[in-house]
Amino acid sequence: MTFARNHWYVAAYGREIGRELFARTVLGEPLVLYRSEEGEVVALADRCVHRRYPLSESRLEGDTIVCGYHGFTYDKTGSCVFVPGQERIPRTARVPSYPVVEQDSFVWVWIGERDRADRELIPRAPWLADPAYTTVCGMEPLAARSELLVDNLMDLSHETYLHGGYIGTPEVANTPITTEVDEDNRIIYVSRHMDDAACPPFYAKSTGIDGRITRWQDIEYHPPCLYLLHSRVAPVGVLPEADGSDPHGFHVEVVYAITPETEHSTHDFWAVARDFALDNQEVSAFLRDSNRAVVLQDVTALDILERVIQTEPPDRQELSINIDTGGLAARRILKRMVAEAGEPAKSAAT
Amino acid sequence: MSHRVAMLRGDTVYRIHWEPGTDVLVGVCHCGAERGSEDPADLWDWLLAHPDGHAPPAAVSPPTADRQPVGAAHD
Repeated sequence: MTFARNHWYVAAYGREIGRELFARTVLGEPLVLYRSEEGEVVALADRCVHRRYPLSESRLEGDTIVCGYHGFTYDKTGSCVFVPGQERIPRTARVPSYPVVEQDSFVWVWIGERDRADRELIPRAPWLADPAYTTVCGMEPLAARSELLVDNLMDLSHETYLHGGYIGTPEVANTPITTEVDEDNRIIYVSRHMDDAACPPFYAKSTGIDGRITRWQDIEYHPPCLYLLHSRVAPVGVLPEADGSDPHGFHVEVVYAITPETEHSTHDFWAVARDFALDNQEVSAFLRDSNRAVVLQDVTALDILERVIQTEPPDRQELSINIDTGGLAARRILKRMVAEAGEPAKSAAT
Repeated sequence: MSHRVAMLRGDTVYRIHWEPGTDVLVGVCHCGAERGSEDPADLWDWLLAHPDGHAPPAAVSPPTADRQPVGAAHD
């Protein structure tokens, strides 16, 4: 498997995990997740050590999972605490457990080397759990490799062609970008600031702006998993105040968590947080439906692309142009992260 | 427009600006060296080869950054 294993990935929304056993595959590893009686999220390998039966198809009893096939019973750490018909529990009777952190409404999981799972490495998406924002969110399964979704999100000029009528207008594809890479901190930033642009329905209907807009798109990608799009719209010419405050701008924080399921499929988590019309249910429903429609347009296109790529040799020719500057930077960092998966940890003292 | 925006503040930030009204990209290394190109792949190759082929100007003004990357902020 070719994954950047020693990184945090979003396995689920916190609200998805309760007292029912929940199955999800991350980086090719089938996981079973549940919430303990004290409320903490537990992630174990989803295969009984005995005959590989999925623990997610089993039963939760207190904080233990009782295998639905022969009754092997595992505690929160993955240790087997009961086997049927005998006293002795074999020393190897345990399933892997995975470090988990709940943060910003996500359940983050670490699949790689356990002693390298530093929670301080998890990038933040604070709006998703901030009462000053209202968030709509979802997850769509993608039958395509995660790299295709990264390519897609790093180049928003595709909005003009794939998402016309929702979020795309001609100005998106026609406006130059600035791309920055922080090599040490591994952040890629792509800015596209449109001074005078048509207002797409996604923003016209949600903000009530009638007319043309100043539209800023600032992508902040923390590879491999977290993608943030800081979107600011305002009537043409309305800019933030000199002190940095922005009372007349509308802010939408679009968050994606890009989690490989297998080498050829991806969990496409999406969330849209806004700082306006906070209690307006119609706006929430509109943004949820519109963004999901946009995500599904991407899913349809990327699923097609995955099928095409699988029929072609791996050294197929591509052509990159200016709009791909950010995507190329992301590909390079992701490639390095995958290569590092097999390397020993760097000494903290150096 | 997005001309010469600078958001990131790290010590090793590489930037590629797209000159408005043209197809020209300008790569700016953290050492101050600059190069124009119409091929982003070539430009990344040049930037990442630092310091090979880089001739920074005598004095470099640090770019201003008016936004901290939010995802990197920890409690």
